[in-house]
Amino acid sequence: MSLLELRNLSKTYPGAGGSTVQAVADVSLTIAPGEVLGVVGESGCGKSTLGRTLLRLTEPSGGQILFDGQDITGLRGAGLKAVRRNLQVIFQDPFGALNPRHTVGQIVAEPLLVQGIGSRATRAARVAELLQIVGLPEGAARRYPHEFSGGQRQRIAIARALALEPKLIVADEAVSALDVSVQSQIINLIAGLRRRLGLAILFISHDLSVIRHVSDRIAVMYLGRIVEIGPAEAIISAPRHPYTQALLSAIPRAGVSRADRIVLKGDLPDPSNPPPGCAFHTRCPKVMDICRQRRPELAGARHASACHLPEAQP
Amino acid sequence: MPPAPRTVSHQGPASGAQAAGGPVLSIAGLTIRLGADAIVEDLSLDVRAGEMLGLVGESGCGKSVTALSIMRLLAEPPMRVAAGAIGFGGQDLLALPEDRLRRIRGNDIAMIFQEPMTSLNPVYTVGDQIAEALLLHRDLSRRAALAEAETLLARVGIPAPRGALGRYPHQMSGGQRQRVMIAMALACGPKLLVADEPTTALDVTVQAQILDLLDDLRRETGMAVVLITHDLGVVAQYCDRVAVMYGGRIVEEAPAARLFEQPRHRYTEALLRTIPAANPPGADLPAIPGSVPQPGQRPPGCAFHPRCPAALPRCSAEAPEITAPPHRFACWNPAQ
Ligand SMILES: Nc1ncnc2c1ncn2[C@@H]1O[C@H](COP(=O)(O)OP(=O)(O)OP(=O)(O)O)[C@@H](O)[C@H]1O
Ligand SMILES: Nc1ncnc2c1ncn2[C@@H]1O[C@H](COP(=O)(O)OP(=O)(O)OP(=O)(O)O)[C@@H](O)[C@H]1O
Ligand SMILES: [Mg+2]
Ligand SMILES: [Mg+2]
Repeated sequence: MSLLELRNLSKTYPGAGGSTVQAVADVSLTIAPGEVLGVVGESGCGKSTLGRTLLRLTEPSGGQILFDGQDITGLRGAGLKAVRRNLQVIFQDPFGALNPRHTVGQIVAEPLLVQGIGSRATRAARVAELLQIVGLPEGAARRYPHEFSGGQRQRIAIARALALEPKLIVADEAVSALDVSVQSQIINLIAGLRRRLGLAILFISHDLSVIRHVSDRIAVMYLGRIVEIGPAEAIISAPRHPYTQALLSAIPRAGVSRADRIVLKGDLPDPSNPPPGCAFHTRCPKVMDICRQRRPELAGARHASACHLPEAQP
Repeated sequence: MPPAPRTVSHQGPASGAQAAGGPVLSIAGLTIRLGADAIVEDLSLDVRAGEMLGLVGESGCGKSVTALSIMRLLAEPPMRVAAGAIGFGGQDLLALPEDRLRRIRGNDIAMIFQEPMTSLNPVYTVGDQIAEALLLHRDLSRRAALAEAETLLARVGIPAPRGALGRYPHQMSGGQRQRVMIAMALACGPKLLVADEPTTALDVTVQAQILDLLDDLRRETGMAVVLITHDLGVVAQYCDRVAVMYGGRIVEEAPAARLFEQPRHRYTEALLRTIPAANPPGADLPAIPGSVPQPGQRPPGCAFHPRCPAALPRCSAEAPEITAPPHRFACWNPAQ
């Protein structure tokens, strides 16, 4: 059984001048226990909104969220608090997410305190254990976030996320702000924890080479919708959707000539006024008439894509 | 999928770039201090006409400070140039009075920054801003300046350039604003363009458009480009030559293909190994321990030695000298 299941999840925000922004539109997906699902797409495509909505940090406008078989879409109060134990999050900006006036020990112990777990002494012991798991020095508990580097702060945020032994972590651009040489340490840490603790992770990033490295499966989003989802190696080596193909080909690297690349024209459309039909049709190098009129359904079992092109069919 | 960035580029340098005589820009022994701390130390670098030179390094290593010093736009004080020379067009920019510099800035040397919104004036139309840049440096009528602004916008790929002249920066997307910045930078036909992370704030599909544009322009016009980035993939794809900075110094500099194939400095070597694209999916990455030192906390000797797997006793005592071109590196125990 899947650990998390989203059924037709949607989220709209009020946009400028009375318009609405469809930040997440009709997203259905599952995550198995211990699985890493990578979510990739360009700025504003709805990755963070998807993460926040499934964590119940923001209210969905439609659809259902099932966790461990339980519908948590409408949960509040004690019921929601109980589910929260199993759902944690790590954000991009570790500094903004850590209270500068609290010691690292207080920060890491906070979820335990909120859930009313343990005594002062057992919490302190748990904090020491968590700091060790994420590779921070013993004395770190008594120090303050500003005394740490960016990579170490992200370790603190990870320790806090692990405090309640969650089953699912949403990592939203968790390594994006880090230096390259530190990014790899944190990727290794997250991958190791996942192996040791059997964590499932929704790994959000705009960096396809990071996503490819950490994910079992990958979902590609464009203007609020999943346009392709499937096993990581299939998405990378045999992408079906022209947008996925363009994203892959836009990764800068040595040895690619212009002729081999698909460079999309234009910019992302305004999300409060998405193009009719397939939202990608305004930039698609293979656009057909039908694409301007009808939105393609996400079709396929293990590897699914939403595209009218014959070659994109499962 | 992206191969390890050690493969050879098919594209090669711009034709004739390497042969095009002396350097356009020649930085020698540049040291920039903030109080007692050296932010940039003993930095030497040449850039030739038509060449795209990549300046790479992790956050805080001194890339932007170096770029700003070329434009003489450094925040002085608190920063100050403690030593060195910046040769451009037969003169030392560091010795020129401000009025002479003003003529060079925007005319012969142009710069674009990461966030175009902060460098564009929000209350003037795009057309007015480009025209203003033209009028400042050239003897044109306002009408001719606007006509040229339209040509420039078309050149950088802004759709419907005439209409775009009347738009304000906030009415454009991030990619379009960056194109406007490039159009402004090109207005006076600079010999050197310093681009400081021009695509870091942009989406990958838009980044590819902007970098392709810069690449075309330098091939067409012979303008030299210093491309500052922390993305090794960008350098591998677009640059002829790369200089790698660590802790305020250039630690390695070589033709791009050479550097990716055969890095000599242990930092470059470790950095290339650690990026996800160079490793099989799911495998542990060969991470570099520790973090990048801030100025003032940079260790003596080679600044990389506390994180270096191949450090010798000497590395913590003495800063290594950089070797001679074409493949320069500053390492006591270089990779073979
Ligand atoms: N609180 C909000 N109020 C109004 N609009 C919002 C809000 N949060 C997000 N949006 C809009 O919803 C859309 C999706 O935003 P979201 O932050 O989920 O994108 P993202 O994929 O995470 O982008 P990024 O890569 O830049 O983080 C965007 O158009 C955004 O402007
Ligand atoms: N105006 C300033 N006052 C004080 N310190 C400064 C100033 N500008 C830069 N620095 C410091 O100088 C060092 C080098 O900064 P610089 O901006 O050149 O780094 P960078 O290589 O461009 O990094 P990034 O990749 O983050 O842009 C940093 O430690 C920075 O904090
Ligand atoms: Mg986001
Ligand atoms: Mg900088």
